Amino acid sequence: MAHDLAVRLGDDALILGHRLSEWCGHAPTLELDLALTNIGLDLIGQAQLFLGLAAAAEGEGRDADALAYRRTEDAFQNCLLAEQPNGDFARTIARQFLFSAWQELLLRRLADAADQEIAAIAGKAVKEVTYHASFAAGWVVRLGDGTAESHQRMIAGLDWCWRFTGELFEDGCAALRTEWDARVDKVLAQAGLDAPEPVRGITGGRRGRHSEHLGHLLAQMQYLPRAYPDAVW
Amino acid sequence: MKEGLPLWEVFVRAKGGLSHRHVGSVHAADPKMAVDAARDVYTRRMEGVSLWVVPSAAITASDPGDAACLFEPAQDKVYRHPTFYVVPDNVKHI
Repeated sequence: MAHDLAVRLGDDALILGHRLSEWCGHAPTLELDLALTNIGLDLIGQAQLFLGLAAAAEGEGRDADALAYRRTEDAFQNCLLAEQPNGDFARTIARQFLFSAWQELLLRRLADAADQEIAAIAGKAVKEVTYHASFAAGWVVRLGDGTAESHQRMIAGLDWCWRFTGELFEDGCAALRTEWDARVDKVLAQAGLDAPEPVRGITGGRRGRHSEHLGHLLAQMQYLPRAYPDAVW
Repeated sequence: MKEGLPLWEVFVRAKGGLSHRHVGSVHAADPKMAVDAARDVYTRRMEGVSLWVVPSAAITASDPGDAACLFEPAQDKVYRHPTFYVVPDNVKHI
């Protein structure tokens, strides 16, 4: 149970962290380049801790790096939202806002969890994620309430991500839904945006059934450690 | 967008008891964005415990052309330097 949770939390953080690292050198401004990669680094740090815990719990002599770099696509348990391509800046913000709002609620609960190791990591991570959620919410409002073009792009970004949000509330997370809905509604109202129409959700990430995007991401992320096992620098 | 966003000056307090020091500037559309940008750009390596951001446009600077009358008269007033007493060892940051 604790093992599965640690893998899910670790994979979410690793995959989304890698996605954010793809912005390095490409963000609209220097400030945003640093902001997005800072968030990415926070998430990769969390992934290291959660996957380290998962590796120790399975007791097969693997470590966090082995889980990150030597598993195939169908062994990853991240949510589908995390692996979605960056798209434009608005879609990246939509993805971050929807994910971080959920992750913050979950980590707050886990910080008081009975499992002390999970609780310790969650307690550390929740401070980082509180900032991620606030940063992303600020940009949802700024883009939604900005120019005609930024408004349109924010709508398109939210539309892209929306079908993957239902999955966040599977696997024991159903209780987070009400609070998440209220939080998302509040920010969207502030941004002058309507919540996207309910759509038929796409799910399966938690069981290793991923979109075609994850394979490409892993090919890039895992290339070096697979080509040069145990390389150090 | 890059041209359009106003400039903000960033001040960081390194730790409690010290004053905020100017460290640089960021571009931002509003105060929250300026604080976020300052946090991300200037405090990633534990540089600070508090941030100020000030619209650069709000700063009134002295005219470089006035430097002679503003600053040079102080040059020969050494008696204004508080060098004639001993600073206790425990007093830092004076």
